[in-house]
Amino acid sequence: MNQVALTENPQATKTTAVIEVQNLDHYFGHGSLRKQVLFDISLSINAGEIIIMTGPSGSGKTTLLTLAGGLRSAQSGSLKILGQELCGASANQLTQARRQHGYIFQAHNLHSSLTALQNVRMGLELHPDLSVAEMHERSQAMLEDVGLGDRLNYYPDDLSGGQKQRVAIARALVSAPKIVLADEPTAALDKKSGRDVVELMQKLAKEQGCTILMVTHDNRILDIADRIVYMEDGRLADEQINRL
Amino acid sequence: MNILKSLQRRTPLGWLQLRHDRGRLIVALAGIAFADVLMFMQLGFQNALYDSNTRVDRAMLADIILVSPKALNLQNLSTFSRRRLLQAMDIPGVQTADALYINSITWKNPQTRLTATVQILGFSPERPAFKLPEVNQQLDKIKLPNVVLFDRGARGKYAEVITQVEQGKPVTAEVERKTLTIGGLFSLGASFGADASLMASDQTFLRLFPRREAASISLGLIRLKSSANPQQVAAALKSHLPGDVRVLTAQEFVQFEENYWKTASPVGFIFGMGTAMAFVVGVVIVYQVLSTDVNAHIKEYATFKAMGYNNGYLLGVVFEEAVILAVLGFIPGVSLPIVLYQFAAKATALPIFMTLSRVVVVLMLTLVMCMLSGAIATRKLQSADPADMF
Repeated sequence: MNQVALTENPQATKTTAVIEVQNLDHYFGHGSLRKQVLFDISLSINAGEIIIMTGPSGSGKTTLLTLAGGLRSAQSGSLKILGQELCGASANQLTQARRQHGYIFQAHNLHSSLTALQNVRMGLELHPDLSVAEMHERSQAMLEDVGLGDRLNYYPDDLSGGQKQRVAIARALVSAPKIVLADEPTAALDKKSGRDVVELMQKLAKEQGCTILMVTHDNRILDIADRIVYMEDGRLADEQINRL
Repeated sequence: MNILKSLQRRTPLGWLQLRHDRGRLIVALAGIAFADVLMFMQLGFQNALYDSNTRVDRAMLADIILVSPKALNLQNLSTFSRRRLLQAMDIPGVQTADALYINSITWKNPQTRLTATVQILGFSPERPAFKLPEVNQQLDKIKLPNVVLFDRGARGKYAEVITQVEQGKPVTAEVERKTLTIGGLFSLGASFGADASLMASDQTFLRLFPRREAASISLGLIRLKSSANPQQVAAALKSHLPGDVRVLTAQEFVQFEENYWKTASPVGFIFGMGTAMAFVVGVVIVYQVLSTDVNAHIKEYATFKAMGYNNGYLLGVVFEEAVILAVLGFIPGVSLPIVLYQFAAKATALPIFMTLSRVVVVLMLTLVMCMLSGAIATRKLQSADPADMF
């Protein structure tokens, strides 16, 4: 199996790192078509941080995000999420790991046959310690938090783009995940709704103390980040500290 | 208990998905109902075939029946010697042993004057041979030469004949250059083997077939004393009588007849094949519906996978849909055939009716059909890759 890198990292041990990436390489394709897309990535993200990852298309941002989310299995190097090594993890371990994250996609990806409330509830059903009443209560409270308390029983088709994305945020955050991964959450939204959506994410994340890793091209929202990471050609450029 | 609890917690995603797209749901239910109706009709006809062909057999007033070993079915009975009846009387427990003559004959339909084949049953009018009260009350009529009783349930154009006889006016018919008088009616029903039956005295029967000897009989009807055990007497008869006659209990005789139609005739195979075809059509229809549904929701499914739902959960959704479709589709699928059965029974004079066992069988087949389609449709789930979601 994979050896956990034992190199001392004084920065990571100072505060608790929820995402810790060390010397991560990743390849797509097989044989002669095998192409390296990530080169020696090392990145440490602390609890409660909001990290924005930017860079040109094809630079490998999304690949890194899917690896961190356990949607792909990591090939070489070390990738620890909440202390658990995902490099070489089994499909079952990956499925388990995903339950600890919240995901927000570029498209809202809400289920069209479920109401807003039912969609949010799907984010809770994987946590077996909750009763039906508790799930209902928490989903409703979450939708109220995102300002959709009066749209509980609306189907996605009857909601605007911004409202749908807010339901998606509610779904991602309802189970109070430690980590939220977002891929261009504002890409399909106009300026105003885009801004509303990220501010909402920021507010809720601060309340729940969760860490956000967000990929975006949208420079209108860079200011919400605690730190911006720039990626080009599969390598991380020097980290730019951008504390507000 | 745990399963029940988790089922209660679970959002009924399959049902919500089906309900959301009404058009697709209705098409799916129509498809399943169609397959069910086809299966019900095939099985109904098959059963009607067996029922109708054993109707005469079941109506015989006998505990044990003697039959030639060469017999195939009621229309091909061959003959054996009447002497066997007298020998059977030697066995303790046997009360009476009577001869029954059966043959097919071409007659002219008295109403249309067209030739038709009828089955004629000849027996001694001294004693009833059938469990048909109508026949037994009119035994005196057939004691007269060339007077017969006619089956009200016959297939063909006999309505005028029946009303005339009912009004007390005897109808004459021409058979083999002899004239028969229809003196009365009884109810039995047509079969695949014979369109109509006539009851006649043994004397009338023999007059119609001059080359047939009175000593060559088609069947021997043996009635037992009330104290006798049919199995024991049958065993005793088997060892007492020579090998040129077969001894069957009344029940075995019905099975013998049914068995012929099930195995030796192609009819059982044809209807079995029809049922299988209907099943396959159902599988294809349900598969189409379910795989379209999976395709339509592949993005949502990938999202669920990204959220940490495993493949088993998504398989559960597809099977949930399959079971719901099976149960809902079965409702029209079982209602329509009840109406169609009545229609078919009228048109064919065959005993087609719904039975509980058939309802259960078709419900099971429907469930298997939908589960099978669901199992094929779940292959599409593999393409729901959460890594493609970003």
